[in-house]
Amino acid sequence: MNSILEIKNVNAYYGVFHALKSVSMSVRERAITAIIGPSGCGKSTLVRSINRMNDHIPGWTISGEMLLDGENLLDRKCDLINLRKRAGMVFQRPNPFPISVFENVAYGPRIHGTVSRRELPAVVEKSLRATGLWDEVKDRLDTIALRLSPEQQQRLCISRLVAVEPEVLLMDEPCSALDPAGIQKIEELMQELKKNYTIVIVTHNMHQAARVSDETGFMLLGDLVEFGDTVQIFEAPRDTRTEEYITGRYG
Amino acid sequence: MHRRFDDELNALKEKLVRMGTTAQTMTHLAIRALVERDEKYCQDVFRHEETVNELNIVIDEAVLKLIALRQPVAGDLRFLVMSTKIGSELERIADQAVNICQNTHFLLQYPLLKPLIVTPLMADVVEGMVRDGLDSFVRRDAALARQVLETDDKVDAFKDQIFRELLTYMMSDPDTVHRALALILISRNLERIGDHATNIAEDVIYVVGGKDVRHHHEEKKRG
Repeated sequence: MNSILEIKNVNAYYGVFHALKSVSMSVRERAITAIIGPSGCGKSTLVRSINRMNDHIPGWTISGEMLLDGENLLDRKCDLINLRKRAGMVFQRPNPFPISVFENVAYGPRIHGTVSRRELPAVVEKSLRATGLWDEVKDRLDTIALRLSPEQQQRLCISRLVAVEPEVLLMDEPCSALDPAGIQKIEELMQELKKNYTIVIVTHNMHQAARVSDETGFMLLGDLVEFGDTVQIFEAPRDTRTEEYITGRYG
Repeated sequence: MHRRFDDELNALKEKLVRMGTTAQTMTHLAIRALVERDEKYCQDVFRHEETVNELNIVIDEAVLKLIALRQPVAGDLRFLVMSTKIGSELERIADQAVNICQNTHFLLQYPLLKPLIVTPLMADVVEGMVRDGLDSFVRRDAALARQVLETDDKVDAFKDQIFRELLTYMMSDPDTVHRALALILISRNLERIGDHATNIAEDVIYVVGGKDVRHHHEEKKRG
């Protein structure tokens, strides 16, 4: 399968702290790539830097290349608004806007001007169907989004991304605020979404990475220690540090 | 970091070692009964078989429990899955030792057909394979496990030699057929024990390095 995102020799610093150390990896198109590792290993930093979320942090510097379909995202000339449409982020805590369900999903297409007013309801419906939320909310599209359950809110946030047809979905601990039933729904949803989208997920939950992903990267202290096929990583990791972490011997 | 899980894995490993040494002892006693023409050793073999069967069940239960509760990955997962496989191999080794005793019981009712020379040699090699297979498991020693795989050819050669020799007896005197057949069956029992030791060695190589060497699987995967 083709790679859609090439990360090449990326180094990043928060001030003097070296947060990403010569990280290189390629993300396969229409696959789920999981990044695991202990707290502070740089996994969130890596994913956040893919859509330049850290740019505003004082002391943040980054070098190397992140090529999305050949275009370097780290290039100063890269248009951030367009970038965040192409690579959208789902966060740990669902963060719908405090407006109606419909408006949450319609927001993106509206500001990007990608959809005419007449087409908007159809795009909203399609996006809500993509996350399985449509049947649950179709009769209350005017409800304030914050009234939905946390797991529905998370699916709404994913619908909001899907509405602008991104290439990559970045998920930073998308299930950590959800109960087991909610986690299962999001994980099932990810399998559906990967038919059309590329997903990169950061997770603390090793078993979640094992369940949902096709490829897994293990990070430790800013290094990408090992990257490979998920089955290989969890059945027979090559690096002893990976083995120690996933079997709970690290730390 | 020390994990309680490690204590549970070690307890399981101890059970496997106990099961393995028992199966190995059974093989030794069965051949001793044949060589010394003394059935009392067979009684010990039958007694040990109960222990082996019991451990087989206990080990499988422990593995299922640990998989359910600990959701093991990587080396822990490989160890647990292979523990049940090694347990089954050991149980079959014990069965073969019992079969040797049954063939011996038959033989001891008749005079000695010929002095036993190759069979004890073959038994030594096979016992060594079982012992090395177990040692390689305990010490996580893939090199020793590979030696076990190589020894298997020697065992096959012994079996062929025994068969050819006894064939000449049977052709020259039909009265020897039933005794010769019992001895051929015993060599077949020993050969099977060697095969089970080989399977254990293959499992150990997988536990240690994550490589499946059964049926030249690695080469096939590379194409």
